[in-house]
Parts: sequence; structure tokens; C-alpha cells
Amino acid sequence: METTTLNIDIKEEQKKALEEIKKQGLRVLVCCGTGCMANGAMSVIEKFKELGANVSVLSDYDKVTIVPTGCHGFCEQGVLVLIPDFHTVYVKVHAEDVEEIYESHIKNGKPVERLLYTDPKTNEKIQKSENINFYAKQTRTALGNCGHINAECLDEAISARGYEALAQVLKENNPDAVIAEIEKSGLRGRGGGGFPTGRKWKFTAANRGGKSYVVCNGDEGDPGAFMDRSVMEGDPHKLLEGIAIAAFAIGADEAYIYVRAEYPLAIKRLRKAIKDAEERHFLGEKIMGSNFNLEIHIKEGAGAFVCGEETALIASIEGERGMPRPKPPFPANKGLFGRPTLINNVETLANVPVIILKGAEWFSSMGTETSKGTKTFALTGEVNNTGLIEVPMGTTLREIIFDIGGGIRGGKKFKAVQIGGPSGGCLTEEYLDIPMDYDNLIKAGAMVGSGGLVVMAEDTCIVEVARFFMNFTQNESCGKCVPCREGTKNMLKILEKIVAGNGEMEDLEILEELAHTVKDGSLCGLGKTAPNPVLSTLKYFKDEYISHIRDKKCPAGVCTAMKTVKIIPELCKGCTKCLRNCPVEAIEGTVKQPHKIIQEKCIKCEACVKGCPFKAIVLE
Amino acid sequence: MSVENPQKIDTSRLDEILEECGSKKSNLIAILQKIQEIYRYLPEEAMTYIGTKIEDLSPATVFGVATFYAQFSLEPKGKYEIKVCDGTACHVRGSMPVLNAIKSRLDLTDGKMTSKDGLFSLETVSCLGACGLAPVVVINEKVYPQMTSDAIKIVIDTLLKEER
Repeated sequence: METTTLNIDIKEEQKKALEEIKKQGLRVLVCCGTGCMANGAMSVIEKFKELGANVSVLSDYDKVTIVPTGCHGFCEQGVLVLIPDFHTVYVKVHAEDVEEIYESHIKNGKPVERLLYTDPKTNEKIQKSENINFYAKQTRTALGNCGHINAECLDEAISARGYEALAQVLKENNPDAVIAEIEKSGLRGRGGGGFPTGRKWKFTAANRGGKSYVVCNGDEGDPGAFMDRSVMEGDPHKLLEGIAIAAFAIGADEAYIYVRAEYPLAIKRLRKAIKDAEERHFLGEKIMGSNFNLEIHIKEGAGAFVCGEETALIASIEGERGMPRPKPPFPANKGLFGRPTLINNVETLANVPVIILKGAEWFSSMGTETSKGTKTFALTGEVNNTGLIEVPMGTTLREIIFDIGGGIRGGKKFKAVQIGGPSGGCLTEEYLDIPMDYDNLIKAGAMVGSGGLVVMAEDTCIVEVARFFMNFTQNESCGKCVPCREGTKNMLKILEKIVAGNGEMEDLEILEELAHTVKDGSLCGLGKTAPNPVLSTLKYFKDEYISHIRDKKCPAGVCTAMKTVKIIPELCKGCTKCLRNCPVEAIEGTVKQPHKIIQEKCIKCEACVKGCPFKAIVLE
Repeated sequence: MSVENPQKIDTSRLDEILEECGSKKSNLIAILQKIQEIYRYLPEEAMTYIGTKIEDLSPATVFGVATFYAQFSLEPKGKYEIKVCDGTACHVRGSMPVLNAIKSRLDLTDGKMTSKDGLFSLETVSCLGACGLAPVVVINEKVYPQMTSDAIKIVIDTLLKEER
């Protein structure tokens, strides 16, 4: 195949972009991800500008430029301010702190100690981000540029090697070689399924010739996951480049990015990125002077979790109810508008340009035997450092939770980690040391899923968590197939019954049987994985279910129905206030004598607990 | 049905939306989103209108799509749309007490989630992707991080004061 001569020299563009950045003087990066924005990133930026960023003069720099960036990952510590040339990261910055950073550090070279990160274990102040455990243990590939460049500026993306991989691919003009490279890298679908990406591309490319589509799945609906959002917000051009390379490889000239409506910032930044890239001929017609055309559209979702399933997502783009369709036919043969369609997740596509640039060997040198490269995780729940992380496949949960995550909040005891959202499972202490990859997690009864990690401490009720997930999937079940529609409903009923303290031992058997029926009989991934949270908790925390049912006790002390109202006789003065307050006449006693609760009548409304002037009534 | 509907639907405005989004079946969701932006819900008359206007669509299909997606509301939403995130991270860190505080402050119950004066409407959403700041409440796209039942009451009171 003949190579193509391009009319844009990407290396030249890179050089120009880097020179432009040099002219900015001292760069001060302010994180503008959804998290930091909510913590007041905009007012921090305003304050910097007010104090004369862009004009002030320092010894080595002729000016200061404030750069709004995408998510830096350390959401817990927002607003994050980075000064790369000073090797400094400031945490929890408020508008009031800006003047001090400016005067002390930027003008006089003296770091502001109180705004540095404090290590929760040693209480030491740490200045350099590479010395903070949260960052030190990560390897960033898909998130490589997130938080380091201005997400809304094409030149900054170019300076960070943006569109270089696309230029290379277009120049070489060998789509099959691109597919072979991706296949060799061992990249697997990051949306949860873990299907080999190269093979998916190959299947779709087999139908080259007619109209075909690339669809990017940005419908990140898993509660507790925000990796894709951060890529779309923080480095939109990398995603667009990944889509373009995929489209070139399979012979598509039109692509759709399906983004949840809950991500308005991602939608805004992607729209701008597409427009900017088209103007500079990195997208659109005759890209960089080649014969390759690509039009990318944004489709906003409208709030339906099931649309993360690929066939449901296709139905939604077509303007229909987002219900899954039976496979086969697979989208690779008959997908969007009946044409061959390649569907990949955001993170999968964001890995593509890096693989092309650095090579398949480099990528497959990271990870485990069957799962290569890195994976992003959203680390949340009862852990000290919540945020977005990216680690090589095969990293253990212990490293993630205790090193990167800094351990459990408030010195509480670790109980379980929920991984993979409503499709995943809860894992216990004994699984903390297995190398995490697609296959090991499936074996343990969980899954990588989209990568949500919710850490739970001793005071989280596992049965309540199982009920929470079942409530979620039951709500989101589209209702098309019976096992999922009716099965999840009945499983939820049983779980509600147990949490309310009315469970019977035989419920556990029915619950397990139902779980297997739903798992085996459902049409799509939603139903097939919906019972996982129940099955995994039944496996590892059966005693907790049993104590809810048999002893009517919630070991974590969460389920109110399990608690009883008690009067402490030593504290009760017999004032009769509770007796008069009780709406159901469940308290008996005479004046100046300790009162008693009639448990059969008590509805646990806590009116007596709140009203007691001697704090003699407790709910425990 | 238009008799029951107090709000008069301006069909020329609907035509503009159809023009803007492209009068195609595949753009139905985008069209409904635009309509909801204007009316703060999907009036039945508007759904019927576009169901008859767009090729290959019927009012029944439009209704089917509108009821499938959680974002669409068939009843007017409040001027301030309060979304309480009940994703896993928010749930674990206590989103339910926040929700209950809003309900009691605005006198809302499960069947009635729009306040009497039409100012506030309340819903729970599954995940807003701001898990690092859990629990999170979003009011008209403004994110309120790390909420507590006391903090959210202050937020609502501030908004109420602004309205007066």
C-alpha cells in the first residue's frame, strides 16, 4: 500500500505549540474538573487574574499564565493548584489563599507550607506531587494529559503529542497494520466486558466497503464511576484522535459519541474540541490532506442506565426507547441504522493514540498475562484519598486502598470493597492481595466493570448495600425480558423484607435461586450481572444476612428496623413526658418511677428519644 | 386534551425546534430535550404535535420514548431542579438524610415532588460522577459538594430569600 503525503507536518505544529507555551512564562495549573469546579475553582482563577497573572514579572519568568485544566484526580483535596516548574502542588486552595501563593511563592520563591498536602500517616507536609503516595503509585496512560493541559485548547493538546498518532497512521495508510498493532497490544474493552479490542476492530473491518460507523460509548452510568467523564473533560482531543484512528482502521466516515446528559461539562468541551479540530483539518473532510474524512457527532443521553449496553445504546441513538436487541446479529455486522458499527468505550479509545505512538510492546509490557496496560479506577467511599486513579493491571486492591487511597477514613476498620458497580461484587479482606485483572476478578465473583471502587468500612451494612444495588438495577431494568423485569423485582422485595427485619431463613434460598435464574435467563448484560452484588455478598457475608433474619440484628447498626428503643432505668426520672408524647401508647409507667417501652407496640418513631429531657431513652 | 392543559403551546416555536435539530426520527431525544428546556416538562400537546410532524413517528411512539428516559418529565418541574445524587459513593456517605432534609424543608412527599409554589422540584439521580465530593446535590447544574442535612437547608433558605 502506498504511503500518503500529508499537507500538515505534525512535528512542526508541535514545535510551534511548544514555543507558544514557553511564551506563557510560569504556568500555574488550576484543576477545573467537575469536582474542583464545585469547590470553587473558578473563583480561584478569578483571584489569580485579579492579582495580575499574565503581567507580573519574576526573576526567571516574564509573566504568569493561569491554565485551567481537566481533572487531576485528587478530587478529595480540591481545588488543586499545580506549578510544574516549581514542582509544587497545592491542595484545598480557596480564593482567599491565592494572594499568599502569589506573594510568597510566585514572587518570592517561598512555598506556602500550610497549603501543601499532609500525609495522613506521617503528618508530613509534601510539596512534590511525585512524592505523594496518591500520585507516586500510579501509571497514567489514558489519563496522561488530564490535569496537565488546558482541555479547551487544541494547541496544548498538540504540544502533548496530540494528533501525532493519527498523522502517523494516515501517512502509513495501512488500516490492517493499525488493527494488527492494537491486537498485538492486548488492549481489552475498558467498559467492563473486557472483549479484545483488536478482534472487535477486525470483525467490523471485515465489512469494509459500504457505510459503517464508529460509536463511542460515553454513557458512564455505573454509580460510583467517573473515569470516562474525566477523560472527556480533561483531554477531549485524545478521545477524538482515538475515534479517528478507529474509524480509519475499520473504514468508517461517521462517528457518534454518546454522552450522558448528566455530564454537561464533558458535552461542552467535546463540542468545542470537535469544532477546533475541524477548523485545523484534524477532523472533517480530507484530514491533514489525506483522503480520509470523518464527521463526529455528539448524542446526549437522557438518563437510562441500560443504554450503556451496546445494542440499547444504538437504539437510543436511533431515537427509540433504549432497549437492548438480541445478539446476533452483532453490531459489527448490523449495528447503527442497520450498518456495521464499531462500539468502544471512552477509555478504550483514549488508549489507542498512546499505543500507536509508543508501540504495542510498550503497552503489553504493563499488566498481567491476560490483561495488558493500565486501568483507571474511581476510588470512592470510606477511604482517605478519594479520586481518580490509573494503575497497571495486576495492581492489588491493598495497594490501591491503603497506599494510593491512604487507608480507611477516621481510623475505621476495612470491611469490603465493592468493585464494578451494580454488575460487580463485594470483596473481602482475603482478596486484597490478588493481582487485579479481568479474569481474577471474575473468578472471585466480582468484575472490573467500568472501574468503580467503593470502599466500605465496618459501619456499612452489607445487606443494605445489596438492597441498594438491587433497587438500582430494578429501577433501570428496561422491562423487555421477563427474568430481569420480574426477577429483579422479586429479589428486591426479599431484600427489603430482610432489611425491615421480617426475613425468614428460607428467603435466602429463594434469593439465591432467583439470582441464578436472572443471571442465566436475561437478554442483556444488565440482567446477566444484576444478581452479582447479591451473590457475592451471600457468599462472603452470609452471617450478616443470617443475623438480620434470625437475631433481628444489624451488625453494622445501620438498619433502623433492627434497632430497639430502650429506656435506661438509672437515668429515667419518671417525668411522663415520653408517655404523653408516644403516638401509639407504647410506653407505660407511673410518675417518678422508671418507665418501660412495650416493644410490640413501638413503631420506632423516636419521638420519645428526641423529647426526653434526661437523655434516658436510646435507639440501639 | 388541550383544554386540560393550561399552558398554551406555541406550535411555531416547536417548528423552530424541529428545524434546529433536524426533523428526523433519530433526533427525537434531542428534540424532546429542547422542548423540556423551554416548558420545564413535556406538554402532551407538544408531544402529539411532533409525533404527527416527523415522518415514521406517531404520538404513541413519542410518548413511549418520553416515558422511557428518566430525564423527561410529564409534569412541570420546579424553577429550581434539585437533584440528589444517590450513587454508591453518595449513598455510603449519607445521601438519604440529605434527601429527607429537603423533603421536610419543602414539604414534599414521594408522590408529590414539586413544591406548591412551583419553585422547587426534587429527584434522586443515580450518579453525577462527582463521587469524590460525596454526598452531592445539584441545583440547576450548580454542584453543591459534601452536603449534610443542615447545609442543604441553608442552601434552600438562601434560594428562597433570593426569590422574595
